[in-house]
Amino acid sequence: MTPQLAVFFVLATLAVLGALNLIMQRHPIHSALSLIVVMIALAGLYLLMGSEFVAAVQIIVYGGAIMVLFVFVIMLLNAGVEERTNISKLAGIAGIPLAVALLGFLAAAIARSNESAQAGFESSTLANTKEISTMLFKDFVYPFELTSFLILVAILGAIVLAQREKS
Amino acid sequence: MVPTSYYLILSAVLFGLGVVAFVFKRNVITIFMSIELMLNAVNLAFVAFSQARHQSDGQVFVLFVIVVAAAEAAVGLGIIILMARNRQSLNVERVDLLKL
Amino acid sequence: MISFLNANATIIIYLVKIALLLFIVLTVNAYLTWFERKVVAHMQSRWGPHRVGPHGLLQPLADGAKFLLKEDPTPAGVDKFTYFLAPLMALALALTSIAIIPFGPQPLHIFGRDITLGIADLNIGILALFAITALSVYGVALAGWSSNSKYPLLGGLRSSAQMVSYELSLTMSVVGVLLLAGSFNLRDIINAQAHHPERGIFGWNVWPQILGFFCFFVAAVAETNRVPFDLPEAESELVAGFHTEYASFKFAMFFIAEYTSMITVSCLCTIMFFGGWLSPFPASWTLTHYLPSVILIPFGLWVIWDGIRYETIFGKIILPGVGLAITVMGAVLIAFPTVNEFIQGPFWLLAKIFVFLFVYVWMRGTLPRFRYDQLMSFGWKLLLPVSIANVVITAFAILMWGAR
Repeated sequence: MTPQLAVFFVLATLAVLGALNLIMQRHPIHSALSLIVVMIALAGLYLLMGSEFVAAVQIIVYGGAIMVLFVFVIMLLNAGVEERTNISKLAGIAGIPLAVALLGFLAAAIARSNESAQAGFESSTLANTKEISTMLFKDFVYPFELTSFLILVAILGAIVLAQREKS
Repeated sequence: MVPTSYYLILSAVLFGLGVVAFVFKRNVITIFMSIELMLNAVNLAFVAFSQARHQSDGQVFVLFVIVVAAAEAAVGLGIIILMARNRQSLNVERVDLLKL
Repeated sequence: MISFLNANATIIIYLVKIALLLFIVLTVNAYLTWFERKVVAHMQSRWGPHRVGPHGLLQPLADGAKFLLKEDPTPAGVDKFTYFLAPLMALALALTSIAIIPFGPQPLHIFGRDITLGIADLNIGILALFAITALSVYGVALAGWSSNSKYPLLGGLRSSAQMVSYELSLTMSVVGVLLLAGSFNLRDIINAQAHHPERGIFGWNVWPQILGFFCFFVAAVAETNRVPFDLPEAESELVAGFHTEYASFKFAMFFIAEYTSMITVSCLCTIMFFGGWLSPFPASWTLTHYLPSVILIPFGLWVIWDGIRYETIFGKIILPGVGLAITVMGAVLIAFPTVNEFIQGPFWLLAKIFVFLFVYVWMRGTLPRFRYDQLMSFGWKLLLPVSIANVVITAFAILMWGAR
């Protein structure tokens, strides 16, 4: 059990527990907090794989901006605890073992495939940030500019949607 | 070093949990959060493959996915706020008719 | 036991460094509160704390005891998990950001090992600090919401909206420095300013990046919710903002988080714009290496003299002792040149951090606060365009003339 494997299992367990907590909590703010835990665990996994820039961007953008947006909306809309549902019990009793079986088949198929490569950070010629930025500004410059346009459209859309109707 | 298949299995588990949350929760904000969880699972798979093949394409694509998720969250939450204002409820079971 | 220590040396060194740094940061926090109260008081022509211990130096101990022993009521109807999580989150994040800061250029050689000053030397140092700043919005927002009360909710929402708005200018204003240094690593940023050691103070980043420095400083003051941007926690406006319903120890956690983020911002300002541990004098003026002793010895002697004339017996004993310790430190620096060389870097870093903390406290004592709409329009309509303009101008200058 190398240290990397131990850290992987800790972070993976944290991520799965966070996702389970998201499903099982009844108040949306607790689900949001669990999702933040999942994102931070995933950022740790990206760091473990050597992609430090993606890890930092994940925490700054996803954990520090998008989830803040979610938390704000939950606070503003005063979302309360979820009501009781009238979903059938059979769905739970039959569904959970079936889902676990499906997941087991999927995991076995993945493990048996040719993906025996080790995903670890081997030092390449350039640092991770430099590599990504070179690719972003040379090969992918057109999608990059398009995403800035996309963000502008999203800002305009959010402003228009949030306006109160002039009565 | 950690084998790539471990990361892929974790990604599949997180994606599956996202789908479960999407199907079974009734609060529209929680459903939206499960979409973000699914996107994160896919990001993990991208970065795992990118590092296994020692190419940065996967990580650049992850950056794009994060940007698109941000834009989608902004607009989607705007729509949710409008919906809550019009129907005074965040329960998707109450929003199942096209007519008000 | 020695073999156990030798076998696990790296982990033990890290643990000792973390414990030592935590102790130092918490002590500096406590005495920063004393410093602030004294300086603001003297600016307002009064004395500040001067009863508890000589010159009020034991006031932080009294405050700490008060925070620990006060009653800690939990209001009814709060969301218990979030109510307890928010101050913990704020404190943990604030203290984590100190781990990334490098404190000196040369490693310490003891017991045959090289111990670098600074806990984690990350290749994405600045980005990690921004990540921690981005997460600290949650501490404020969740604290305000979970208190189940109107004023904290308003204060929390306003404060977190302010923090999110100024975060953009904060990150943009640093891009100029990163372009000049070519790396996110904090040690590389300082070394990029040491490229021309004969320039001394004129080699620092603040001269080419003066606009970036002002944007960064203003945005950082707004991020830490200090005057003049502290409307969300102003007493006359919103009771106490998002930490109204928090009592003794949880309020102390918010308090410590605020002062620790002040210290972090001062460290970042010195490292990125003012040369970090570089001396302001050119490298050829080797006589300036005696400056720490030249400052410490007279200061120690003055403390001894002041202590001998002090009113209370307690002061007559403690102050001369403290003064003697300071004088001995200064004498040691003259006697041992290797120690003197080692202490140069940390001395200048700490001196500059002290200057920035003084500027923070000075602003608290003199400036009135912004109104909330003025604050938001300033952040979005003035600071963000100026930061982006700084990036464009810096990039253009680097293309024309090269990064030094």
